[in-house]
Amino acid sequence: MSTKRGRIRITGFDTDRVTDRERLSDWREATTTGGTDGRWKRAWRRFRENRAAMLGVYTVAIMSLLALFSQKVVVAGVPVQPFAIAPYEPGEILYLQNPSLERFNPPTLAHPMGLDANGRDIFSRLLVGGRISISIGFVVVCITATIGMAYGAIAGYYGGWVDEVMMRFVDVIFAFPGLVLALVIVALLGGGYWPLVVAFTVPGWASYARLIRGEVLSVKENEYVLAAQALGARDRSVIFRHIVPNAMAPLIVQASLSIGTVVIGVAALGFLGLGFPPGTPEWGTMLNQTRSTIITGPGGTIPWWVTVFPGGAIFLFVMAMNMIGDGINDALDAQEISAAGAGGAE
Amino acid sequence: MSLRRFILKRVLLVFPILLGVSIVTFSLVKLTPGNPVQVAIGLNPDMGPQEIARLKQRYGLTQPAWKQYLNWLGDIVLHGDFGSTYGARERAVSDIIANRLPETVVLGLFGWVFALAIAIPTGIYAAVRKDELGDHVSRFVALAGISLPNFWLGLMLILVFALVLNLFPVSAPRKPLWHPATLWYLLLPGITIGTASASNLMRIMRSSMAEEMNKEYVTAARAKGLPERTVVLKHVLRNSLISVTTVAAFLTAAIVSGSVVVEQVFGWPGLGRELIAAVRNRQVDLILGITLFTGVAIILANLLADILYAVLDPRIRYD
Amino acid sequence: MTLLEVNDLTVSFYTEEGVVTAVDDLSYRIESGETFGVVGESGAGKSVTALSLMRLIEEPGRIESGEILFRGEDILKMSESEVRSVRGNEIAMIFQDAQTALNPVYSVGEQISEAIRHHLGYDDDAARDRTVQLLDRVGIPDAESRYGDYPHEFSGGMQQRAVIAMALSCDPALLIADEPTTALDVTTEAKILDQIQDLADEFDTAVQLITHDLGVVAKICERVMVMYAGRPVEKASVEDLYYDPKHPYTVGLMSSIPRIGDERDRLQTIPGTMPDLVDVPPGCAFHPRCPYAEECCARKRPPLVDPETGDASTAADDRAAACLEYTGDLENGLDFEVTVEGEDPLVEEEQDAR
Repeated sequence: MSTKRGRIRITGFDTDRVTDRERLSDWREATTTGGTDGRWKRAWRRFRENRAAMLGVYTVAIMSLLALFSQKVVVAGVPVQPFAIAPYEPGEILYLQNPSLERFNPPTLAHPMGLDANGRDIFSRLLVGGRISISIGFVVVCITATIGMAYGAIAGYYGGWVDEVMMRFVDVIFAFPGLVLALVIVALLGGGYWPLVVAFTVPGWASYARLIRGEVLSVKENEYVLAAQALGARDRSVIFRHIVPNAMAPLIVQASLSIGTVVIGVAALGFLGLGFPPGTPEWGTMLNQTRSTIITGPGGTIPWWVTVFPGGAIFLFVMAMNMIGDGINDALDAQEISAAGAGGAE
Repeated sequence: MSLRRFILKRVLLVFPILLGVSIVTFSLVKLTPGNPVQVAIGLNPDMGPQEIARLKQRYGLTQPAWKQYLNWLGDIVLHGDFGSTYGARERAVSDIIANRLPETVVLGLFGWVFALAIAIPTGIYAAVRKDELGDHVSRFVALAGISLPNFWLGLMLILVFALVLNLFPVSAPRKPLWHPATLWYLLLPGITIGTASASNLMRIMRSSMAEEMNKEYVTAARAKGLPERTVVLKHVLRNSLISVTTVAAFLTAAIVSGSVVVEQVFGWPGLGRELIAAVRNRQVDLILGITLFTGVAIILANLLADILYAVLDPRIRYD
Repeated sequence: MTLLEVNDLTVSFYTEEGVVTAVDDLSYRIESGETFGVVGESGAGKSVTALSLMRLIEEPGRIESGEILFRGEDILKMSESEVRSVRGNEIAMIFQDAQTALNPVYSVGEQISEAIRHHLGYDDDAARDRTVQLLDRVGIPDAESRYGDYPHEFSGGMQQRAVIAMALSCDPALLIADEPTTALDVTTEAKILDQIQDLADEFDTAVQLITHDLGVVAKICERVMVMYAGRPVEKASVEDLYYDPKHPYTVGLMSSIPRIGDERDRLQTIPGTMPDLVDVPPGCAFHPRCPYAEECCARKRPPLVDPETGDASTAADDRAAACLEYTGDLENGLDFEVTVEGEDPLVEEEQDAR
């Protein structure tokens, strides 16, 4: 050990020189990127680089466009969408006009997916049926997400007994299996497009409410929210200006993964013969009679096309939707919240 | 808070939710246009007003809704009486449930076991091999699994295994439930009902394992010189199982929903098929009873999951 | 005897933003039983160095080159099972944050005794006994009954003690302490440091102490290495480092320590912050913050040399600095001065200041 001991004092480390002098090189201290703007931009870049997710986007886009252009859209006598790419009318019984066809005609060039039990062109029915199956998923998710967001934000923000009562009600909704609740509501309202929307909205909003409430609770204690309150911002504006944007990422992930769940659920009710009148070109309803059909096909043959194509269309769409959902999840780096049992039509 | 007190508190919390479930169920079903009187009128349009009044009296429909609710609930709680079906052959709802419930429970449990047996090992595998080929493949399969409509999966399984390969009878005379042959019949419906849950669980397992693997206690365990096997199967697994228990209740709901559809596909004589029939025939008491039962099943699954959580995680008892 | 010799170690991380060289061409050695300090701000590559010694660098990190000779044998060339028999057994680590380093779902005792069972082949009872002794030795009161407690039932200081017990459980020859006291309050910190020192003496264990705190270094280390942006900038004995610092960064660190009785108006903190390792300044990484930097500092990367002779330094050298002053490139030189006032012993001085 050295013998020099005592108070060390440094002189001449003149930091002003660093700030006063010209910079010696082009190097600059990296400015930290942050904030919400950077986050969304980064997420978008990551999403675009995700090949599976982009494949999902293309698949959903193509399927939606096919459904849109399958038949003309006429609003109040004015054709809004003049194209009709479906080769046949979905309800047309083809063997009546064309005696060479019969029920359960297997796939041919003219009828790439064959004919169904009533001699209708499955390909045309699939194209037109996409309108119901695809749109209902988006409609339900938009409605449920909006309701759930408002409900959860209010419960989380006010807290106390308001929160307690509101969340107990959410618990009650969660105690029902989604499909069973939807089934009972369809029994109540009868089938059809809007009744089905209601049937899947009633069990659907609760998960968003719970999610948003959790986010609100964690964001609520942040200083900037307290600061906004201290400055006298009104309750509602505090919630929507500060908290909701922060809770957006998990909400979007949840929503994108729920679309598939709803589409499968709607198809399941169709399959059970409760969603739409028989004969409606809807993917699930098309499968309605299949169980008996595949067993008792004509002449001992198995008309597999009646089963494979409508179900395959549902599968393809839901898979593409879930690939998008996973991509969004990865891009936003949110937690995995895909607890919803899509295939089980939960 | 001790574990026992935690469980007690959790059990007590079940009752208000049960009450809520019964109210929601009752109001939903009572709003249904097809009450027994209307059904009866539909069958016999010539009924006179006296006849109708007598029927209304009989089904208690003259009373205000809240009284009807209390009567209904009272009958269930005090006498185990869920009401009865009406029509040509009256049957007690409780008898139907008692007959059909075991079928559904067996099917659901089989689905659950199938889901766990597939999901946990593949979830671990995918997390350990994160971003390698095996992970990509199992993730893709799992994504396909949650995207498959279960009724279609069932139909396809019948198409392939029963019709093309002839391995299973499509609809053979059924043996009683408690017969070894039942296991064989359970295979296709059980796989159908469990696939979505298996895929979901695998995804959750994988992400929770992968998240845990990044924690410092894993580095600390490796720094102790423990073999990777011990690090993963002892240290990481237990922690990720904790987060998996929180979604177990969701998956039970999925399996209950699934049973409604799958029983229809495979002609499985359970509660789900009974519910569809009840909805078609507007059997109000039966719809009420079965819906209430599914609610109870999910509440119990939730309760079980919470208790399991508390047992697995030493921290929760002090929250 | 040289216990550990690190030669030209380079570790990189392949991140989305680019390749980050977290440790760049690092060489040093640790003698048996000595306490060696590694000092630097966070992000200087200290923790990465520590994990490299046990070959615990994970994806996307990679040890690019160099050798780590432990008792003459290169850890980087060992088989996986050979490395495992070194980890926890011969080289053990005290983690920075005990709370995260302990598995929340196993009891503290179990987490210590599993290492004992694994490395020393003890049966359950013997491992338990040894664990209780260790817990007692690191100052956990009533160790016998605390064996089955879970980490969340321990206070922060006790968790840190448990982690120390875990590290010492198999009597390692080298203990890597990665900022062992940053998560603790000041009084606990002093006790824990004392304890590490005592135990190291008692078990004759060499310690590599990683810290950002020069005061801690002064208290228990013998030799020190100062790191900046993944590179070593100065190596010296503690005495030399304090009384005769050679590198402007070391000087800056020392002048930013607050002292009682200081007459200066304000602390001379180093301007700016340490660069992000994705984008390290050219030449000398410290030049944008260095008061003595000249034009050449932005062009030429200073090698680590003996400050007296200007010869390239090796792992064996005790005194080295990486500044162009010592290669004769600097025109105006380094005009700082170190003066020693009064007779207060250095060690106490440091403690007072904290």
